[in-house]
Amino acid sequence: MTAAPAALIEFRRVDVAFGGRTVLQAIDLEVERGEIVCVVGPSGCGKTTALRVAAGLLPPTAGDVVFAGRALKGPSRDVAIVFQDYGKALLPWRTAAGNVSLALEAAGVPASKRAPRIAALLDKVGLPHHADKYPAQMSGGMQQRLQIARCLAQEPVALMMDEPFGALDAMTRQDLQDELLNLADVTRATIFFVTHDLEEAIYLGDRVIGLLPHPGRVGIELPIALPRPREQVVTREDPEFLRLRRELYEFIKSTER
Amino acid sequence: MRYARAAVVPILLLVAAEIAARAGGPSDSVAPPSAVALAFIEALRDGSLLTATRDTLIGAFAGLAIGAAIGLALGIAFGGVRTLDRLMEVAVELLRPIPSVAVLPIALVALGFGYRLEIVIVAYSCIWPLLIFTRAAVGGVEPGLIDVARALQLTPLARVFKIIVPAALPRIFVAFRLAAGVALIVAVTVEIVVNPQGLGAGIMTAGQALRPDLMLAYLVWIGIVGFTLNAALIAAQRRLFGRAAQIEAAP
Repeated sequence: MTAAPAALIEFRRVDVAFGGRTVLQAIDLEVERGEIVCVVGPSGCGKTTALRVAAGLLPPTAGDVVFAGRALKGPSRDVAIVFQDYGKALLPWRTAAGNVSLALEAAGVPASKRAPRIAALLDKVGLPHHADKYPAQMSGGMQQRLQIARCLAQEPVALMMDEPFGALDAMTRQDLQDELLNLADVTRATIFFVTHDLEEAIYLGDRVIGLLPHPGRVGIELPIALPRPREQVVTREDPEFLRLRRELYEFIKSTER
Repeated sequence: MRYARAAVVPILLLVAAEIAARAGGPSDSVAPPSAVALAFIEALRDGSLLTATRDTLIGAFAGLAIGAAIGLALGIAFGGVRTLDRLMEVAVELLRPIPSVAVLPIALVALGFGYRLEIVIVAYSCIWPLLIFTRAAVGGVEPGLIDVARALQLTPLARVFKIIVPAALPRIFVAFRLAAGVALIVAVTVEIVVNPQGLGAGIMTAGQALRPDLMLAYLVWIGIVGFTLNAALIAAQRRLFGRAAQIEAAP
C-alpha cells in the first residue's frame, strides 16, 4: 500500500445487515480531509445506509469505521448531517432562527452569543430576511438552505448529505450546488454526498463512488479531474465531464442487468 | 339572522315543555321551564349554586392536574423506552378498564368524605387518556426528528423537552381536552354517589327535597359549565396549535 495521507473517514470491510438481509457488503472506502466524495448507485444499493454508517447513526454489523483516526462509536458533533427530507428534519414549531439555534443550544453556546451567530449563518445560506419564518412558510429550496445553516452552526469537520437536492426543481438545485461548492471552499469541510443524479455527482465531486446493488458493494471509483471553480455551463460542456458521465451511465446501466 | 333561525326549535321546545308541564299539574320529577329559571335565579342569589360550582371545579381541576401530570410523565416514559412499555403493559391493561366509580368504596374507606376523595378518583380517571395518547404520540414522533436529535447529540433531557414534547404536544392537548371532560363527569358522579358537596350533591339534595325545578336548574347549569370548559379548551387549542395543525394538514 502507498503511504496516502491519513483519511478523515475510513470504512474497513464494513458489512451491514438488517434481519439477515445484507445491505452493504465488505465496503472499503476512504474520504480524505477536505475532499468531496459523491456516492451514486441504483435505488436499493445502500447509498443512504452507507451515509448513516459514516455519520455514526447506524453501527455496522461487521467491520470498522474510523473517523479522524479513531473508531466511530456514534454520532459526533464534528459530523453534520443534511437529511434528504427537509420537511421532516426541521422543527415545524420553531422559526428559521429557532431551528439554527437548536444546533447552538446542543453545543452549549450561551443564549447571549447565539443571536449574532444565527444571523451570520442565515446570511451565509442566503436567508437573511427569513429569520422569523416558520419552515412551513418557506419553499423547499429555502428549507434545505435552512437545514444547511443548522449544520454549519455545528462547525462540522465533515458534512454528510443524503440526496439533499433531490426534491428541488432544476434551477434551485443548480443554485444550491454552486452555493455548496462555495461553502466547501470557504469552510474546507469534508463532504460525503449521496445522490442518484450522476451529473450532480460529477459536477460536485473530487471523486465519485458507484455502488452495486444486492448487496451494496463498491463497483466503480472515478477520480474527477475537472478544474475548479466549476461552472454550471462550462463544466458541464467539458469533454472530460461528458466522458465521465458516459462511463458512470454505462456503469449504472450494467448494474441493471 | 342565522342565530335567530337556530333559536327557533329550542324556543318551540321550551314553550311545548312549559305547556305540557303545566297541563300535567304539580309533579315530583318535572317542572315547567319558567319554574326552573326561577329556581336557578334563587340558587344563584343565595350563593348555593356558586359554592357548589366552586367545590366541583376544585375537585375536577385538581384531579385533572394531578392525573394529567402523572399520565403525561408515564406516557413519555412508556413511549420513549420500549422495554419499560412492555414491562408495564399488562399492569396498565389490567388497571385501565376498572371504572373509576368502582374504586369509590375503597377510596371512601381510605380517605373519607371531602376534596381528597374526589380529587383522587378524578385523577385516577384522568391518567388513562393522557397515558394512552401521550405514549402513542411520543412513539410516533417523526423518526427524522429523532435522527436530528441524535446527530446534534442532544442530552436525554433536551431531547425530551426540545424535540419529543413539542412534537407530540398537539396530540397530547387533544388527550387533555378529553381528560377535562372526564374530570367534570367523574367529579359530579362522585358527588352524586357519595361525596356531600358540589353540584352532584346539589342535584341529589334537590331531588330528595322534592324540588324538580331546582334539580333541573342544576342539570342545566352543569351542562353550561361543561360546554364552557370545552369551548375554552378548543379556543386554547386553536390559539396554541393553529400553526401546527396547519402543518399537519399540509401534504
